[in-house]
Amino acid sequence: MAELVADATGPMRIQGGGTRQIGAPVDGEVLSVAGLSGVTLYEPGALTLVAKAGTPVEEIEALLAENDQMLGFEPMDHRRLLGTSGTPTIGGVIAGNVSGPRRLSSVGACRDSLLGVRFVDGAGRILKNGGRVMKNVTGYDLVKLMAGSRGTLGVLTEVSLKVLPRPEAVATLSFEGLDPGLAVPLMSKALGSPYDVTGAYFGPYHYQAPRHLHLRLEGSSASVKYRADALAGLLSGFGAARIERDPDASQQLWRDIRDMTHLAEMPFVTRSSIKPGAAPAFVESISQVWAATHYLDWGGGLIWTAASEEDLCKNAKNDRGDSSEDELTRGAKALIAAMHEAMSFEDGHTTLIKADERVRREMPSFQPRHSVVASLELGLRQKFDPRGILNPGLMGA
Amino acid sequence: MQMPRPDPAILSRKTQVVAQLQKVLSDGVVIHDPLETRAYECDALTAYKCPPLCVVLPKSTEEVVAVMKICHAEGIPVVPRGAGTSLAGGALPTEDSVILGVARMNDVLETDYDNRFIRVQTGRTNLSVTGAVEEEGFFYAPDPSSQLACAIAGNIAMNSGGAHCLKYGVTTNNLLGVKMVLADGEVVEIGGAHLDAGGLDLLGLICGSEGQLGIVTEATLRILASPEGARPVLIGFNSNEVAGQCVSDIIKSGILPVAIEFMDRPCIRATEAFAGAGYPDCEALLIIEVEGSVAEIDEQLGRIIEIAKAHDPVEIRESASPEESAKIWLGRKSAFGAMGQINDYMCLDGTIPVSELPHVLKRIGEMSAQYGLDVGNVFHAGDGNMHPLILFDANKPGDLEKCEAFGADILKLCVEVGGCLTGEHGVGVEKRDLMGTQYTPEDLEAQLQIKDVFDPSWILNPAKVFPLEATETRRTE
Ligand SMILES: Cc1cc2nc3c(=O)[nH]c(=O)nc-3n(C[C@H](O)[C@@H](O)[C@H](O)COP(=O)(O)OP(=O)(O)OC[C@H]3O[C@@H](n4cnc5c(N)ncnc54)[C@H](O)[C@@H]3O)c2cc1C
Ligand SMILES: Cc1cc2nc3c(=O)[nH]c(=O)nc-3n(C[C@H](O)[C@H](O)[C@H](O)COP(=O)(O)OP(=O)(O)OC[C@H]3O[C@@H](n4cnc5c(N)ncnc54)[C@H](O)[C@@H]3O)c2cc1C
Repeated sequence: MAELVADATGPMRIQGGGTRQIGAPVDGEVLSVAGLSGVTLYEPGALTLVAKAGTPVEEIEALLAENDQMLGFEPMDHRRLLGTSGTPTIGGVIAGNVSGPRRLSSVGACRDSLLGVRFVDGAGRILKNGGRVMKNVTGYDLVKLMAGSRGTLGVLTEVSLKVLPRPEAVATLSFEGLDPGLAVPLMSKALGSPYDVTGAYFGPYHYQAPRHLHLRLEGSSASVKYRADALAGLLSGFGAARIERDPDASQQLWRDIRDMTHLAEMPFVTRSSIKPGAAPAFVESISQVWAATHYLDWGGGLIWTAASEEDLCKNAKNDRGDSSEDELTRGAKALIAAMHEAMSFEDGHTTLIKADERVRREMPSFQPRHSVVASLELGLRQKFDPRGILNPGLMGA
Repeated sequence: MQMPRPDPAILSRKTQVVAQLQKVLSDGVVIHDPLETRAYECDALTAYKCPPLCVVLPKSTEEVVAVMKICHAEGIPVVPRGAGTSLAGGALPTEDSVILGVARMNDVLETDYDNRFIRVQTGRTNLSVTGAVEEEGFFYAPDPSSQLACAIAGNIAMNSGGAHCLKYGVTTNNLLGVKMVLADGEVVEIGGAHLDAGGLDLLGLICGSEGQLGIVTEATLRILASPEGARPVLIGFNSNEVAGQCVSDIIKSGILPVAIEFMDRPCIRATEAFAGAGYPDCEALLIIEVEGSVAEIDEQLGRIIEIAKAHDPVEIRESASPEESAKIWLGRKSAFGAMGQINDYMCLDGTIPVSELPHVLKRIGEMSAQYGLDVGNVFHAGDGNMHPLILFDANKPGDLEKCEAFGADILKLCVEVGGCLTGEHGVGVEKRDLMGTQYTPEDLEAQLQIKDVFDPSWILNPAKVFPLEATETRRTE
């Protein structure tokens, strides 16, 4: 791998399973890590697993399941949403810092479960950082830096992860038809309780459509039962909660939330990471002008926004841009631009997840950063990829 | 231990530098009287001391900016300081450096229970962050044993951990955002009340960077709802091996306690003599704490005890009351103090894969005999973060050097078995020269390049973390 990178003469598009290429499209030769595959170490008693970067996520999840363990950050599977095929790899998960609904709990994000990395940087150097132990403050933390860097600093070759016991039981508390304005307050109350909520979802954020709010509890059977009842009591002011105690039904529900399968038909999808309390105002301000539908995960800390073709055509009418472009493109470009503009630096950022190629080429997928931050990012890229050959331009600057 | 030779040109300009700083800072911020700067000559690694050029204790981010602009223009090294409890010499000055302490910046700027965060100035102590939110039923999770004294500033710089990080993670997992002053005086805000980075994860890089990338003046920290209750069980064993196996079996069974603490016989004896917590006299002892409602705690402790019973324990003591819980924790919490009563000690914090525990403890015992220095082990067993306390006599010539050599051997062993040099205290000056055992020259060069980006003139805490030879050209350029 190091030789391949060192000898490269032009830009390279780093690919694991090829299922979640998010960010500006990269023109360049495909550099596949799918061949670097296999779990190299797994110690259930130490909650650690080491795998080559091209290892299929499914393989890792199956191995963990044999020992009643799991990847705590429950990475989403992008295939349904993006309409891609292929086998998602662990390297792609980490390169995208892909975290599911459990992100909002003390489990944290993908980056919080990542213990160590080996990678080849753009100069062909083989580098390592972190290790396979849970606590490590020896030198700078390049592990966090590599998580979410989407191959723009280096090609991951091996990763070590902290894994977690799989909860024995799971239950879901649901509220139907809630006034959207009450959704975040309800979720905040639940998340501010001692009952260890590991999922908090509401959608769609819409006054007319049927809408659902779901809260997830996990743990031992007795504990989940106790907390489900206690939480329902605490939230009774918001109405009666329906408690789903069948684990299979809960698991399916949260898998669908994780993968946002119900948005699969949508041509345009974004994710906004935001201060939960700021989510309603953000959604309302976008909704006033733009046609789109919004869904809240992470207790309001994550907004999924989706637009149908019909929405995009409506949005094209708000746009004063290049009228020679087709309506779908114009509508999508205008919407992402409006979202980036409406989001303040203090509150969060919006990332374009799905749109047609032209939109992704012409608009920044990642919200432009403050100039000082952008120059630090650029500085780091220049050190790790001095020739600018690794997924160039993918994350913008 | 070597420090770079102070720059004589800076030393000779001391009066002008002090005057320049005084001109832009409010009264009393600059401390330059050698008697008053005495308190800043070292941190908790007291074996090494050095008077700084002067000390500044700014009262605002704007004053920090003013200090950095002057020091940047003059090429003067700056050593950031929180509460000075570093065990690695992270806040140790050189004679030509300005100590920049944030201790006077300790306000709570915002508490937001709905969004579950608190924003503080970083001079605030760790414990008083929880203190500010506990009435509302919240807490800040990372809990280093030094939490009464240490500041959030130092916690961020060292990525500090605590007894409860098995469940809640360390500082980096609970830090949402920072305001930071760069070496040239530019202010950046990174992160905030949202959960994920919008570009590269610079926040993750800053946490644990030991004061070398910028001066962190404000922090947004995640706060969590306090559990309904917590209770420990104490279990004694006749061998370290068996205790280690028990830890592994508990984790494998699917229970995730909030804390699993381990003490070996020398440490048990010392704490017994010091604190009289009533610990059994045995080879190894575990303190395991779980959280939840009374029924949830009963259930979890029941399962843990069942697993422990299969390992022939010499004693199982389940706490039945807050008083009993306090007594179980008393010995653990006074372990450092107890060892300090016996002699001077050096505390290491190498981390190892949990499965290597018995082997490493056995090797430490053998080395202890070789070096003729006693060592007690107390550590966070759930995550393999060791804390060997090596006893030595600072007044006995050669003892400190012998202790350091012993310590270095232990840390090399940690790396050899797949672990690392430091799990939570940081590298500072203490482990600086051992970095080559864990990293290749290329790995280190890549880290130096990160500092080049944030601090191109290398004025922030320049003599720390990396072997001096590796940084020489950069420091002296
Ligand atoms: C007709 C068509 C339409 C498409 N439409 C869309 C669309 O609307 N939206 C969209 O997002 N994509 C779209 N795609 C792209 C599609 O998702 C993928 O098939 C893409 O071709 C490659 O995915 P990947 O390899 O980057 O993904 P993965 O392998 O899953 O990788 C995800 C990210 O991580 C990086 N990465 C992977 N492995 C490593 C590693 N070991 N080290 C460092 N970095 C790594 C990758 O560079 C990438 O940035 C489309 C493709 C086609 C052919
Ligand atoms: C008895 C005792 C027990 C301890 N127990 C633990 C424990 O359980 N877990 C643990 O992790 N640690 C522990 N420690 C170590 C120490 O308390 C931690 O490293 C702590 O985080 C240091 O905080 P401080 O504010 O005292 O920092 P200082 O000692 O003042 O500085 C530490 C480092 O932070 C840098 N720094 C300080 N302020 C800033 C700033 N504003 N911006 C950028 N960099 C800055 C300094 O330059 C230095 O490198 C213990 C120490 C003692 C003495």
